[in-house]
Amino acid sequence: MDKVELLGRRRFVEGLALTTGLAALGASRTRAAAPLAMLRGDRIDLAIGPTPVDFTGRARIATAVNGLVPGPILRLREGDTVTLNVTNRLDEPTSIHWHGILLPNPMDGVPGLTFRGIMPGETFTYRFPVRQAGTYWYHSHSGMQEQTGLYGPLILEPRGREPYSYQRDHVVMLSDWTDEDPMTVLSNLKQQSDYYNYNQRTLGTFAKDARRDGLGATIDDRLMWGKMRMSPTDLMDVSGATYTFLMNGQPPARNWTGLFTPGEKVRLRFINGASMTTFDVRIPGLTMTVVQADGSDVEPVEIEEFRIGVAETYDVIVTPRQDACTIFAQAQDRSGYARGTLAVREGLAAPIPPMDPRPLRTMADMGMNHDMKSTPAVDKGGMDMGGMDMSKMTPEEHKHHMTMMAPPSHDAMSHGAKPGDNIPTSNADGIDPGTLAGQAGVDNVAMQTRDRLGEAGIGLDGNGRRNLTYRDLEARRPHRRSLPPTRALEFHLTGNMERFLWGFDGKKFSQAGPIRVALGERIRFVLINDTMMEHPIHLHGYLFEIENGRGDRLPLKHTVNVKPAERMSFVFTADVPGHWAFHCHLLYHMEAGMFRTVLVA
Amino acid sequence: MTRRCTAALAALALAALSVPARAQTHEAAPFGMPVMDRHVFYHALLDELEGRFGSDQSFRWEGEAWGGTDENRFWLKSEGTLTNGLLDDGRQELFFSRAVSTYFDAQIGARYDLDSRPGRGWVAFGVEGLAPLFFHVAATGYVGGDGRLAARLEGSYDLLLTQRLILQPRLEMNFYSQDDPIREVGAGLSDLEAGLRLRYEITRKVAPYIGVSYEGKYGRTADFARAAGDPTDAVRFVVGLRLWL
Ligand SMILES: [Cu+2]
Repeated sequence: MDKVELLGRRRFVEGLALTTGLAALGASRTRAAAPLAMLRGDRIDLAIGPTPVDFTGRARIATAVNGLVPGPILRLREGDTVTLNVTNRLDEPTSIHWHGILLPNPMDGVPGLTFRGIMPGETFTYRFPVRQAGTYWYHSHSGMQEQTGLYGPLILEPRGREPYSYQRDHVVMLSDWTDEDPMTVLSNLKQQSDYYNYNQRTLGTFAKDARRDGLGATIDDRLMWGKMRMSPTDLMDVSGATYTFLMNGQPPARNWTGLFTPGEKVRLRFINGASMTTFDVRIPGLTMTVVQADGSDVEPVEIEEFRIGVAETYDVIVTPRQDACTIFAQAQDRSGYARGTLAVREGLAAPIPPMDPRPLRTMADMGMNHDMKSTPAVDKGGMDMGGMDMSKMTPEEHKHHMTMMAPPSHDAMSHGAKPGDNIPTSNADGIDPGTLAGQAGVDNVAMQTRDRLGEAGIGLDGNGRRNLTYRDLEARRPHRRSLPPTRALEFHLTGNMERFLWGFDGKKFSQAGPIRVALGERIRFVLINDTMMEHPIHLHGYLFEIENGRGDRLPLKHTVNVKPAERMSFVFTADVPGHWAFHCHLLYHMEAGMFRTVLVA
Repeated sequence: MTRRCTAALAALALAALSVPARAQTHEAAPFGMPVMDRHVFYHALLDELEGRFGSDQSFRWEGEAWGGTDENRFWLKSEGTLTNGLLDDGRQELFFSRAVSTYFDAQIGARYDLDSRPGRGWVAFGVEGLAPLFFHVAATGYVGGDGRLAARLEGSYDLLLTQRLILQPRLEMNFYSQDDPIREVGAGLSDLEAGLRLRYEITRKVAPYIGVSYEGKYGRTADFARAAGDPTDAVRFVVGLRLWL
């Protein structure tokens, strides 16, 4: 890439040149350390409307709550019955969904499933008792409004004492912003699915790999991926080529700053409110103690870095030792980062670390029968981590995969996180997974799925830092009702990257019926990821228990980021009736049809 | 006739697909669609918009546009070469296409040869998609009047030299079952066009390019060309712009 382009990108990605001309756009956006607005109480009025913003040096119109992106922090109290009046000042329908909140179905805010949506000029009143405490968030469930700014933090304050202490509390909401119309982004992906991938393999990377691994091995590798018509550089569908990554609504150059007094324990409530971006978060020089995942308390885990999938939340406690530390959240594909600072006063900054090497997908991510003990491959000049490179498969291994491409009985061959019980299991859409291969919406069926809950994920495992995994999560208290489920439903997460089609079991939302679950039924959902991408799968209305081997202290979550070729499961008790959305939280995957209704009746 | 046939087929296919889906959707979403997975998208790609310079000069375009859902799309394809005020190789096609497998679409439609020569209409059917190793390929068969048959094969490949500098080899061949003197095509392989274009993607949608193009006429087609005093093959330097919307 030439210099001119780099400079142009930097200005765009980091949002430089933003200090001028912002006064006209609302005072709260102009100061570097602008705190997020906060509303508290049991009666809150919100207005959704178009609001001018400037994240990149170009003026755009966002969809904002009370004129703010992110929307105000809402602090509600556990045990209160809250009333939230949401007025629509847009010229299109809107909605707010309270993400991860246990509430009656009509209050869930999903147009199509629980109501018609909030029409222009209308006010919809959400009213529900707050039955939980912790860090959550809210966002629009209408069209692309989440991408254009309609999201905000939702903090539920506990009635009782929390089992950890801290003196300072900051929300850190991560998100992604594009100056393009999100419908244009989706349309571009339909025409050319690698539209935003400017880190593809080229003649240059071929030459470099050939020097490192030999010409024959490099040709074999290219043939293998080429035969599958897939790219190992496919890490995220939408990248920093269009995105500017935000921390509490601030691009990197504007450096959101959270203040603390030396010696204080600081609670950071990380929320991934992005549309498409998985972030890897760390604070160089500091150990983080994870105390909550998706709003529920977990046994404290000491880590140095964690991956946060779209729609997940993690609460960590840190004790900064310097006057300033950088909160660094790099996108999974290393196409950019969000950044802020913890500081004893405004105007301080700490060094920003370089982004990590860009990882490559491997044959293991394709669910190929393979030895798994290697370090992930890395595609980066000067950073030679070769030798254990799984993407360099021998032609024999590849042939083996190709002959297995037409699976006779998929399920017989998959193993992994399959609990030892023998409860009746069926495909959620009533399909035979053996028929998936070759369909227009399915470009791969994983031959070998496995338990990946103990892995931090691509680009993290083996990077020398202590990373959080789902295996580390253990609920703080045992569950009262940790009965075994009576039935299991299997979902294959499927897609066709080339056509940009996404679904469950080879079907989009409009091609499938509802998933029926009996009221009161204790049920297991098994997720089998046949695609080469991570999917943050979210179930509305419930907190489910991830079956990660923690006995009666399985961690509760509302969103689980399922890795490629992973087979994992969770259990929940379907005790609230209604039409509950169940979907991939990558916005463009969801809109493409990776969505189901779970009908509890 | 051919056009009516295509439209009827398309309507039938769309109707057959949407009826059962609707009842299911209502049960899953009593208040309407929660996502836009049946959204209709439109795109137009002008692959070649170029001047060709050799012993003579010509202007050439080749492009396609589509509109539709993930599964069902209408396609318009158009190409032609303008040399000294005469339009040659003017192929205009309309297809209904359906995603039939992971990487391939089946197409049915019509072609009309519209240029300075007398026109011909064809019923067309074909497959188009991504072959292993990322070769974009299309094969189309045609049935015309008087029992005429024709076929057309196309292939191209994008070789990334850098993230934005892309070398594209491209090959196109036409076959006919019968001589057609008024259009100066002969039976068998009639013509072959091979190109090598180097484009720079300023953005994905705007890419100027340079390249070379070879056009050759074979068999009876070459005889027709010789009789008319035209060359049977030519290598030209090309300069153009690749655009999509
Ligand atoms: Cu997804």
